[in-house]
Amino acid sequence: MKFAVKKGWSNGRARSGVLQLGSCPFPIQTPALLLTTRKGLPPFTSPDLLTSSLPSPDSHLLQFSPLHFLEGISPKTISNIGGLHQMLSLHQHIFAAVPRDSIIALPEHDSTNKYGASFQTPGGRLLIKPAEYVELVSSMKPDFWVTLADEVPAWVSNKRNRTSVDRTLRWLDDCLSLNKESTTIFGSIVGGSSIEERHRCAQEVAQRNVSGYWIGGFGLGESMDERAALLTAVTDNLPEDMPRHVSGLGLPEEVLQGVAAGIDLFDSTYVYHLTLGGFALTFPLERNKGENADYQLSDSGGDGMKINLKATVYRKDTSPIVESCICFTCQNHTKAYLNHLFNVHEMLAQTLLEIHNTHHYLGFFCSIRKAIEEGKFEQFRRNFVESRRDRLFAAASSA
Amino acid sequence: MALKFEVLGRFNRARAAQLTLPHYLCQTPLFMPVGTQGTIKGLTKNQLEEIGCQIILGNTYHLALRPTSELIDELGGLHKFMNWPRALLTDSGGFQMVSLLHLADITEKGVTFQSPVDGKPMLLTPEESIQIQNRIGADIIMALDDVVRTTITGPRIEEAMYRTLRWIDRCIAGIYVSEVWLNVICLGGEDKDSFWRVVAQCTAALPEDKPRYVMGVGYPLDIVVCSALGADMYDCVYPTRTARFGTALVPEGVLKLKHQAMANDIRPIDPMCECMVCKNYTRAYIHCLVTKDAMGSQLLSYHNLYYMMKLSRDLHSSIVEGRFPEFVCKFLQTMFPKGDVPEWVCNAMEVAGIDISSCCREMRFDVDKSSTL
Repeated sequence: MKFAVKKGWSNGRARSGVLQLGSCPFPIQTPALLLTTRKGLPPFTSPDLLTSSLPSPDSHLLQFSPLHFLEGISPKTISNIGGLHQMLSLHQHIFAAVPRDSIIALPEHDSTNKYGASFQTPGGRLLIKPAEYVELVSSMKPDFWVTLADEVPAWVSNKRNRTSVDRTLRWLDDCLSLNKESTTIFGSIVGGSSIEERHRCAQEVAQRNVSGYWIGGFGLGESMDERAALLTAVTDNLPEDMPRHVSGLGLPEEVLQGVAAGIDLFDSTYVYHLTLGGFALTFPLERNKGENADYQLSDSGGDGMKINLKATVYRKDTSPIVESCICFTCQNHTKAYLNHLFNVHEMLAQTLLEIHNTHHYLGFFCSIRKAIEEGKFEQFRRNFVESRRDRLFAAASSA
Repeated sequence: MALKFEVLGRFNRARAAQLTLPHYLCQTPLFMPVGTQGTIKGLTKNQLEEIGCQIILGNTYHLALRPTSELIDELGGLHKFMNWPRALLTDSGGFQMVSLLHLADITEKGVTFQSPVDGKPMLLTPEESIQIQNRIGADIIMALDDVVRTTITGPRIEEAMYRTLRWIDRCIAGIYVSEVWLNVICLGGEDKDSFWRVVAQCTAALPEDKPRYVMGVGYPLDIVVCSALGADMYDCVYPTRTARFGTALVPEGVLKLKHQAMANDIRPIDPMCECMVCKNYTRAYIHCLVTKDAMGSQLLSYHNLYYMMKLSRDLHSSIVEGRFPEFVCKFLQTMFPKGDVPEWVCNAMEVAGIDISSCCREMRFDVDKSSTL
């Protein structure tokens, strides 16, 4: 793996970088989004559509949880097939193994113990030990994987939080020593909502021989306000030139917060949850553009960021979700058709919507990168947050 | 309106033809996937084109309920609404009403039923069915028929037949359709032996120069037999429905991906299949998806429809190229490697004039027996 921060293109802590990983022939610009997957494939977008209808190489970063595979297919079979890239026939994509995926593999801090990390999955509660985890990961051969962590929510006791850091460090060392092949490993950093513990964990992990850092324990109950300091408590202790990946920061404002703290990679379930609910992203991707048609927001159940395609106001709307969007869905289908598909509970609704939402969110990341490179990231962030506030205000007052 | 049905090749009763419709030039025999509510489960229009779908069937009953035929009409018709550039066919709506609705009944006026929305008594007349379908705007629309089970006997059948004819006349008499152009054979619930006989009798009696559409068929084997007997068009929910239950269509019959045996099978669903799913995925991976992740049924639907469209193409080309009996034999040998071709198939093929003795062990056995006498 190669990662480099582009010199001269930073805005405070926000940085612009380039990531090059084995499978993907194209370099990936950061900050970047990792797409959520279920057993390696997006929840609703089939692989042929993934490669044909989403931008390349932006859409080549995929996050998956190895735990998804525990029910249904054995590590040995995955090995026999030849690993994840072969099994999913996505040879030019980058697979990042992260045990927690915020949808169906949720950390269960109550059941985690000194032997292993506990997760709540559709197949029940799973306790996974470092050795099992390493075996699982080595059969899959992802492009990079994060070490097993004990993630705890913001409200646990200091004692429990300290324990989580100790365990995570111990498991990090276990994973490193158990790792036979030379794979790319990201060291996991936790610490809950304690600045000291975040410091401590980051400093310790920074001394280990890893290729990058995964920052966990966010999106588990802490407020956005307290998170900023926790993030910088971590990133300030990490070497400049190594990639930082965070889970649990899904919403656009949270992503901006992460970028401001020096994060390079984000996995987010935002697109998944929007799609399930029938929400389509519509916020303008170009700055200083598109403060239009906001006065109709209250009818549509939207808020300037997104629209609810199930709303009756779209029954006869023959326009695409976003007029200027070049995604497959906007180029081929209307809001009226999508409205109908959602109303009759057809699977195609989610496929089409996931394509649009993914496309749009990848576009958001593209705008972020552009803003950093133009030296205007803080302004971009401010504009985004303020215009969102303005739109919400406008929607509320016209209701 | 250049509607044409041109036979390009034959083998006894079987025909391969070119069907010219306003939106597409089709080749028969052909299978039409069912896009009940204006979509085929989870597949995009591009995928459907890739797979080779020529005509998609839309259910008038469902579309009239949601989003309503008036809305579809207002937005330019179903083709535009779905953005489907090829052909569409709608049914009359009668069958769904009778099978789905409580207290649906058929009188001379039409189908009376309770509105599923508010329980009000309603009536669907043949004329109105055509009006609804015209609003939807498919290439082919269907006259309302008096639906009866083929297994019943007695005066009800005759009543149904004559009533259907009167209803067709009512459809034509209005300004609704230009002519009865397609002949439809409707079946349901009968055993295979009756099934093929009904098809055989109909195809023998119907005019040669118009396409014959057997509704609700079906299994690949049934399609091969009906094509041998002279039918041209088919529709069925089977391929996509069975995909949702984890079953894949293969030349040998079916493959149940849910079975534990699939968990370690690293072969593709069908090594001979050229579809995106078979070229890229193993049975083991699909096994871990089916019944748990929507992606599983999407991938299986893709494969199953590809299989059906390939079958359609193979039927057409084998008849045109004069190798239909060879195709039929190969099909049966693959599906029944032990030679246990069902009797109804043997009987049907005899009537169709296709020699399948090489596929049937029993027949070979009989031949041996007779030669020793």
